[in-house]
Amino acid sequence: MQFDDDEKQKLIEEVHAVVTVRDAKHTNFVEFRNFKIIYRRYAGLYFCICVDVNDNNLAYLEAIHNFVLNEYFHNVCELDLVFNFYKVYTVVDEMFLAGEIRETSQTKVLKQLLMLQSLE
Amino acid sequence: MVVPSLKLQDLIEEIRGARTQAQEREVIQKECAHIRASFRDGDPMLRHRQLAKLLYVHMLGYPAHFGQMECLKLIASSRFTDKRVGYLGAMLLLDERHDAHLLITNSIKNDLSQGIQPVQGLALCTLSTMGSAEMCRDLATEVEKLLLQPSPYVRKKAILTAVHMIRKVPELSNVFLPPCAKLLHERHHGILLGTITLITELCERSPEALRHFRKVVPQLAQILRTLVTTGCSTEHSISGVSDPFLQVQILRLLRILGRNHEESSETMNDLLAQTNTDTSRNAGNAVLFETVLTIMDIRSAAGLRVLAVNILGRFLHNSDRNIRYVALTSLLRLVQSDHSAVQRHRPTVVECLQETDASLSRRALELSLALVNGSNVRAMMQELQAFLESCPPDLRADCASGILLAAERFAPTKRWHIDTILHVLTTAGTHVRDDAVANLTRLIGGAQELHAYSVRRLYNALAEDISQQPLVQVAAWCIGEYGDLLLQGNFEEIEPLQVEEEEVLALLEKVLQSHMSLPATRGYALTALMKLSTRLRGDNNRIRQVVSIYGSCLDVELQQRAVEYDTLFRKYDHMRAAILEKMPLVEQGDPQVDEEVQESKAAAQLSEAAPAPTESQASQLLDLLDLLDGASGNAQHPPLLDPSPGGALVHLLDLPCAPPPPAPIPDLKVFEREGVQLNLSFIRPSENPALLLIIVTATNSSESDVTHFICQAAVPKSLQLQLQAPSGNTVPARGGLPITQLFRILNPNKAPLRLKLRLTYNHFGQSVQEIFEVNNLPVESWQ
Repeated sequence: MQFDDDEKQKLIEEVHAVVTVRDAKHTNFVEFRNFKIIYRRYAGLYFCICVDVNDNNLAYLEAIHNFVLNEYFHNVCELDLVFNFYKVYTVVDEMFLAGEIRETSQTKVLKQLLMLQSLE
Repeated sequence: MVVPSLKLQDLIEEIRGARTQAQEREVIQKECAHIRASFRDGDPMLRHRQLAKLLYVHMLGYPAHFGQMECLKLIASSRFTDKRVGYLGAMLLLDERHDAHLLITNSIKNDLSQGIQPVQGLALCTLSTMGSAEMCRDLATEVEKLLLQPSPYVRKKAILTAVHMIRKVPELSNVFLPPCAKLLHERHHGILLGTITLITELCERSPEALRHFRKVVPQLAQILRTLVTTGCSTEHSISGVSDPFLQVQILRLLRILGRNHEESSETMNDLLAQTNTDTSRNAGNAVLFETVLTIMDIRSAAGLRVLAVNILGRFLHNSDRNIRYVALTSLLRLVQSDHSAVQRHRPTVVECLQETDASLSRRALELSLALVNGSNVRAMMQELQAFLESCPPDLRADCASGILLAAERFAPTKRWHIDTILHVLTTAGTHVRDDAVANLTRLIGGAQELHAYSVRRLYNALAEDISQQPLVQVAAWCIGEYGDLLLQGNFEEIEPLQVEEEEVLALLEKVLQSHMSLPATRGYALTALMKLSTRLRGDNNRIRQVVSIYGSCLDVELQQRAVEYDTLFRKYDHMRAAILEKMPLVEQGDPQVDEEVQESKAAAQLSEAAPAPTESQASQLLDLLDLLDGASGNAQHPPLLDPSPGGALVHLLDLPCAPPPPAPIPDLKVFEREGVQLNLSFIRPSENPALLLIIVTATNSSESDVTHFICQAAVPKSLQLQLQAPSGNTVPARGGLPITQLFRILNPNKAPLRLKLRLTYNHFGQSVQEIFEVNNLPVESWQ
């Protein structure tokens, strides 16, 4: 799906508005346009995945957790994510591709990332 | 002068250090100018740093399109760092709507065929993120080659890129179908995962692929089994479940393959029954849920479906809200097909109504409504009504209409039904659908034994609260219809409450005057007041006053009604009682409408003798009363004391005014003179015990015609009589067509019936007049 730059901004704002008003008493699934957003909150950060309506919610919840637990980010905090945003993209590309889950093994992903880093 | 460019980290710090938006914009603009300059003639070695800064700025939302060409240059360079930033820039800044993206096709091609693995990986990544249809077509062969390369790293990416390509260009499925079978034999989890996704995508797009891959169902089952049984590699297991993602994907593929296909479903049956995954962690639950979804979709054995429902039931007890949500959604899908299995979990579902999360309680509400059936309707209604009182406003309308629907389908007794509707109206009156009022009035009208009960309860409810419009409308209608029952005050099941006439009138006036009442409600109240003028025994001054006040009301409809009612009081007082009688039972649907239309047309055709204003007013009244009750049949005819010849009136009397009574009362011959006979036949309609219909038939067996035949009648004061126009006033000789005439007698107090008749006619050239009282009236005619 293609979006203009300003459409992208609007999307970001919309998702933000929908997700941040929910507290712990709500489920982790929200309906958004004609998709679902599955999100998980870690302290001050929300990790959101937008999926089709008939995908397995619980599985993607696991995927988020898997992503976050990655050991490449040793004790990561928000600032680290900001300063190394391109590295975040790399991790995303290792684990998800073409809109599907690609690699789930933490060790393998870690190995790849270290290798890539060595090439710099 | 070359200004040393900022490192990325420094730029980020500077931007974050800006305290206001304006300051931030300033910093960024300055930096963008630098970047632009350096793109033009800066050091190629530092280009990647510039682009990285530009990407950061882009992420914040500022325009960065001038960096697109730089991406191309960086991708084409041979250094890895350059390529990496270049590809990232391509993914973020380029998309298929800009023509520039085609320019990187060549670079990608080169990288795919000759680059080192990481580079190939990057290229594939970019392709799968923003690859357009043309790019995909061009590069399909390259990707296919990579599918079979020995290195798993690249293969994984290649497979998923293939998925993306198929989504963009469905014809490429042919290209990617053959390698799949081979790929399935791999052990590598990442490859398997990708392959399964690829196969899923292929099967969703084309039915032949579906058939082709049905053959691999046993193989898939084998893979799944190995996953589950052997406690395999730790690197893929998450909280004790071995590679849940792979399991979920396989199950999904099995679902697609098994849908509507008996054979595959059977092979899967015992596999699906082995659900030994640990449910204490989310990963296990995810797999379990996918299993349930698969069971639901394929043609599975009945026992398996029950197992699925039980699993969902277990989910409902889980403390994790997410799992309960997922369970409720799936149960909703299952409730149509496996109703009895889902019923077992009804108590848990009802508990979920109390959730604070609106999406959960909404799903619980839908599911509860779907679970209501004949045997549990009372218990469920109690729960649902309790919920209605406390639920958030957006759910109220759905809840109210759901309750009313369920009550209609499963009500065990009429009284319970009326109670339920009453309760809904008092708690959520403003949210009910519009036809709820009509339904309720029809229901009450039909439940004759409950008239007193209903009117008493409605009166109480109305006395407490006049703001809920549907409730007020129904209550006003009932009080109008059954006001006399209200005043009797001796219904044994509720506490006897002595209601005074004045109180009733005061209440209706309050409704009329309240600013909360809609115009329609006021109309109901006004008509109710009018009806009470005949039902109550006191004098009608108060009512007349109110009615005349509203004669100058600003609302046109109210004004019209008030004026007509006023006229009714002043000029046509004798007709008032008959017009404002109780309504007969309303049929469901509109079979009576046609009859009514004919009747009112016929009434309108009534001719010369009747004064014109009467009939227009009368037919207007008919319209009014029709308006009031929707499709009700109000078979009142404007009475004419001067009968007029009208052949068109014959069909009036052909139409039954009331259904025939169960036990017919014998006819009575009351008069005979020179061949002219008068017969009375009696009909007591069952739904209105106070009503008596007498059909007077005049026959002539003599040799001479009877002309100018007029029959008039009188009854005691406690009864009300209404004469309808006779079929004619000539009876031809020798058994010619008799004259029939209908008398309507209202006898609410069951007073003994006495009837005095006066006949005038011409016979044998002489005018005859007879006055006599009818003796021997059968007792059943008035008891």
